[in-house]
Amino acid sequence: MDKLALLGRHGLDRLAAFGRSSMILFQALVAKPQPLMMFPLLVQQIYFVGVLSLIIIVVSGLFIGMVLGLQGYTILVDYGSEQAVGQMVALSLVRELAPVVTALLFAGRAGSALTAEIGLMKATEQLSSLEMIGVDPLRRIIAPRFWAGFICLPILSAIFAIVGVYGGALVSIDWLGIYDGSFWANMQNSVNFYEDVMNGLVKAVVFGFVVTWIAVFQGYDCIPTSEGISQATTKTVVYSSLAVLGLDFILTAVMFGEV
Amino acid sequence: MNYFDDVVIDIQQLSFSRGERAIYSSIDLKIPRGKITAIMGPSGTGKTTLLKLIGGQLKPDSGSILIDNQNIPTLSRSELFSVRERMGMLFQSGALFTDMSVFENVAFPIRVHTDLPNDMIRDIVLMKLQAVGLRGAHDLMPSELSGGMARRVALARAISLDPDIVMYDEPFTGQDPIAMGVLVNLIRHLNDSLGHTSIIVSHDIQETLGIADYIYLIADASVIAHGTPEELQSVESPQVKQFMHGLPDGPVPFHFPAPDYGADLLSGEGR
Amino acid sequence: MRMRVLEISVGAFILAGILALIGLALNVSGLTMSTSNGSYTVYARFENIGGLTPRAKVTMSGVTIGKVTQIDLDTDELVAKVAMEIDGNVDFLSIDSSAAILTAGLLGEQYIGVTVGAEEEYLKNGDFIEDTQSALVLEELIGKFLFNEASE
Repeated sequence: MDKLALLGRHGLDRLAAFGRSSMILFQALVAKPQPLMMFPLLVQQIYFVGVLSLIIIVVSGLFIGMVLGLQGYTILVDYGSEQAVGQMVALSLVRELAPVVTALLFAGRAGSALTAEIGLMKATEQLSSLEMIGVDPLRRIIAPRFWAGFICLPILSAIFAIVGVYGGALVSIDWLGIYDGSFWANMQNSVNFYEDVMNGLVKAVVFGFVVTWIAVFQGYDCIPTSEGISQATTKTVVYSSLAVLGLDFILTAVMFGEV
Repeated sequence: MNYFDDVVIDIQQLSFSRGERAIYSSIDLKIPRGKITAIMGPSGTGKTTLLKLIGGQLKPDSGSILIDNQNIPTLSRSELFSVRERMGMLFQSGALFTDMSVFENVAFPIRVHTDLPNDMIRDIVLMKLQAVGLRGAHDLMPSELSGGMARRVALARAISLDPDIVMYDEPFTGQDPIAMGVLVNLIRHLNDSLGHTSIIVSHDIQETLGIADYIYLIADASVIAHGTPEELQSVESPQVKQFMHGLPDGPVPFHFPAPDYGADLLSGEGR
Repeated sequence: MRMRVLEISVGAFILAGILALIGLALNVSGLTMSTSNGSYTVYARFENIGGLTPRAKVTMSGVTIGKVTQIDLDTDELVAKVAMEIDGNVDFLSIDSSAAILTAGLLGEQYIGVTVGAEEEYLKNGDFIEDTQSALVLEELIGKFLFNEASE
């Protein structure tokens, strides 16, 4: 009976947290946006969230593309269809790996930093102090960070995909000696711009929304102590990874499910 | 009672609780205009909470907080923000924005609430910094300041819009004696020269007694005594006496509530 | 000055994102920028479509000229009816053109190959290609081969 009550309380807590996070999102985004005041803040946040994540995205994209080329080749060569390696690399990157891996890296790199930053602002009373000055911290602090994440993830995902494809091409063509014409031609024949590239981008947009939402909420809602901030940072990474993987399955089923 | 001819903040029957614990149960407080009012009490009695209630950052369970006849708990979000333009608050940690320079920190409220041209903002900011003696430090970052300096910058920011009410949350804690003396003088001096109302929350008895015009003593969720510093010195209540003179034991016990000492020691097997 | 560096790098970042997307469009998915004159749909009936699926390409002499958009069962004639979207540029398919379901490689995907006939009149939107050749089904081939062997 106690266990059941515990489960119930846990469920209610979760529900309450979800409600709070929706309120925050709503207030930050909907309530009277002020584009003029926001623009410099947004640029600043895109720099912190996007530009500073670029290196890890490019490096991971390159290596994942190269590994895909190598693995794809060793499997496909058994069936004598190693020409199709370009197709395999491109499709798996564009449809799945680019949005998902970018979102996971983004959660670890930018999401955790966002949570820690906002949590620290809360702990040092900077958020309260903004409120007392008469500035809504949701609009001043939360909204630009949210938009920045929302804008950056699709961009990072596209960069990840293109770098990955070239990484795969590097390995397949220059190292494994696949004829470059058939590599690119196979790829271009099988990848459809609207159904593959655009759907991958839609995934990235959804992930960007979810990951930044979680990160920003965890920071804003954390217990303002050093312990609370570190817990919130961990939660951001765990929750956003789970959310990304779960959503990815749902989105994939919706987008590519029907044959 | 000439203190209460002109009241800025009138708190009536205010109750607030956090979870099961009552922080305040129907307290009444009046803050006179243009004076320095201190709210004192042992740690953990929720003195900071009172400031947050006045600022509208927390909502009370019941009761009213009237600031010039506007009841804070009933105001909408936007009305609240416009009332807050008339308040300045100095937070315990200073709460300077770490990504802005000292100058920008002080300029921030002015930029947000007015459309003044840049050179005018510059003049105002330098005047405020001059008042706290830190004009020379205007291009430092908050991380380069000592604790006392950070608090003075935060003070300059709190008064940058010439507010009617300035609230100080534990302004003296964690300061060395020199910085403490500087702050005490500053608070008194600014209050007299700018003519605003000051509310100080503190448990540093000597410093607070030195500058406060009127003192409220809070313990056990209610006001246990109030009066001028002289009046409080002579109150005979043991609780007030213990706090005012810093006695280690008294009505506020030294021991946390515990079972009988001897029985507890003897029963401690198998731990 | 700090703000300026920041703005420039953010601008470069967004530009890189757009370039990456263009790269994905042109290089990876082979999207062509050529302005198409719209497209038109023609139909063909097949006895057996084998493994043909929507989105399969339609080619002429190996050049892609369109794609399969829909596959239904024609309830009157009880055969498969395949709708093909042909590029508007390709407006020279004669009415006696033939369509065959072909296979790319031994095990590859199936697609439709169109061969032009000799008539002067061209296929329009909604026309049928009458001359069709069904997909080769491996089991039928083997069955036919065994039958021939046995009868000799």
